[in-house]
Amino acid sequence: MNLLQTVSFSERLALAEQNGNAVKPLTELYPDISMREAYMIQLKTIERKVEAGASIVGKKIGLTSLAMQKLLGVDQPDYGHLLNSMEVENGGKISLSRVIQPKVEAEIAFKLKQDLVGPRVTATDVLLATEYIQPALEIVDSRIEDWQIKLQDTIADNASSGLYVLGGRPLSVDKVDISHLGMAFYKNNELVNTGVGAAALGSPAHAIAWLANKLFEFGIYLKAGEIILSGALSAAVEAEAGDVFTARMAHIGEVSVAFTD
Amino acid sequence: MENETIKKIADFLVEAEKEKKEVPRITAEYPDLSVEEAYAIQEELVNIRLGQGHRMIGPKMGLTSHAKMKQLNVDEPIYGYIFDYMVTDENVLHVNELIHPKVEAEIAFILSSDLEGPDVTTEDVLASTEYVVPALEVIDSRYQNFQFTLPDVIADNASSSRVFFGSVMKKPDEMELDLVGVTLAINGELRDLGASAAVLDHPANSVAMLANMLSRKGKKLKAGQVILTGGITGAQLLSQGDLVSAKWDGLGTVEFKVEQ
Repeated sequence: MNLLQTVSFSERLALAEQNGNAVKPLTELYPDISMREAYMIQLKTIERKVEAGASIVGKKIGLTSLAMQKLLGVDQPDYGHLLNSMEVENGGKISLSRVIQPKVEAEIAFKLKQDLVGPRVTATDVLLATEYIQPALEIVDSRIEDWQIKLQDTIADNASSGLYVLGGRPLSVDKVDISHLGMAFYKNNELVNTGVGAAALGSPAHAIAWLANKLFEFGIYLKAGEIILSGALSAAVEAEAGDVFTARMAHIGEVSVAFTD
Repeated sequence: MENETIKKIADFLVEAEKEKKEVPRITAEYPDLSVEEAYAIQEELVNIRLGQGHRMIGPKMGLTSHAKMKQLNVDEPIYGYIFDYMVTDENVLHVNELIHPKVEAEIAFILSSDLEGPDVTTEDVLASTEYVVPALEVIDSRYQNFQFTLPDVIADNASSSRVFFGSVMKKPDEMELDLVGVTLAINGELRDLGASAAVLDHPANSVAMLANMLSRKGKKLKAGQVILTGGITGAQLLSQGDLVSAKWDGLGTVEFKVEQ
């Protein structure tokens, strides 16, 4: 794939996001697209958004559960970029006009106090480099029609990132066992599923170590001050106008968001 | 249903447990078996166990997850009873004593005072709870291929079979009891996980429902009883040689090995 094609795919996805019309999977148009090429498309889009004034505030890790990996037939997670323009305040409202086909998932967010530079980062390094954790909701969204994504499609599409919400009470990681931190997820005050930190690759810290090491391939590293969404603790739930989602997490409180027309 | 039939079915299920023999479900022969009749069979079965000299440890709740209730198309959980012979203090499950055991991770409540329905609330339960402890419950339906309807499983003492309790005890106000994270691994492989809200939104709510269900029969929960509140994880099938290990946030680990 040459640079021109990379730019063209990147623009295609950016346009879909802008006008709210999902597009055909890139893998239909270009079946041989590699993972690396898909990441180059993602990076291109992020680069242009940054040039337009957005700033990168962190990363998110996707496909961290065995169930999701099986669904896409892959054996590793993927990642996307978080921009300041994607943050929604805790308890805030999201107009459906901002998104295309949103789903909500609950995750543990990590705030870093030190850089994490691959390729030899361990889960312990991640814990030591973490300033605090807090509960987060990620609103995933796909610019690909009907979520008909293959791994390369979602990677190119910034790992299907949409918006994110941070909430709860920030807590130092030495106060908890993050692998066993329990989570209950509610839609309109009804429990829809539960989860625990281990759902993200066995441990959210392990997921972040994977990310740090993966980024090394692209000459990128995790920086002090960044927020990392470490992977869904339970299945994503579709959102419609009027829905309110709340995740409650042991030790670190709750986070919620509402959807409007 | 005649008393004689109730006794006959209870004997049949006790015999199936003793002989480790899976049997056809009761509703194959008695398609009209009601929930109430099924509890009458269970009560008879309990009386047989007490008559044999066994001690009742306490009741247990089953079908407490939305998923399981949907699967059996019911809107209320069920209960059964745990006896001393089911509590396994060495960390070994002898599979040759059972039919087709499955394991699930739960939280057990130990009561400090009686709880009598019909209006017991979650708060009442917390106020009457001395400790919570982690438990791995082994269920072993006596029916062929775990195939049963609601009255069948009630008659079969809610598939009760074995229990492993952990050694960490906590006062209920020491933790957020509906947000206890749990992982269940077999042979080192993570098989299932969840948080305790999976049990009727809050495990104390399971105890409250139990007290209220018992009150319909003029019964109550008693101080000192140990109550299994229902699976936080799904039930996982066990095989000989398995090493089962579950960990609860704040409540430690319970492990056992599956042997002959």
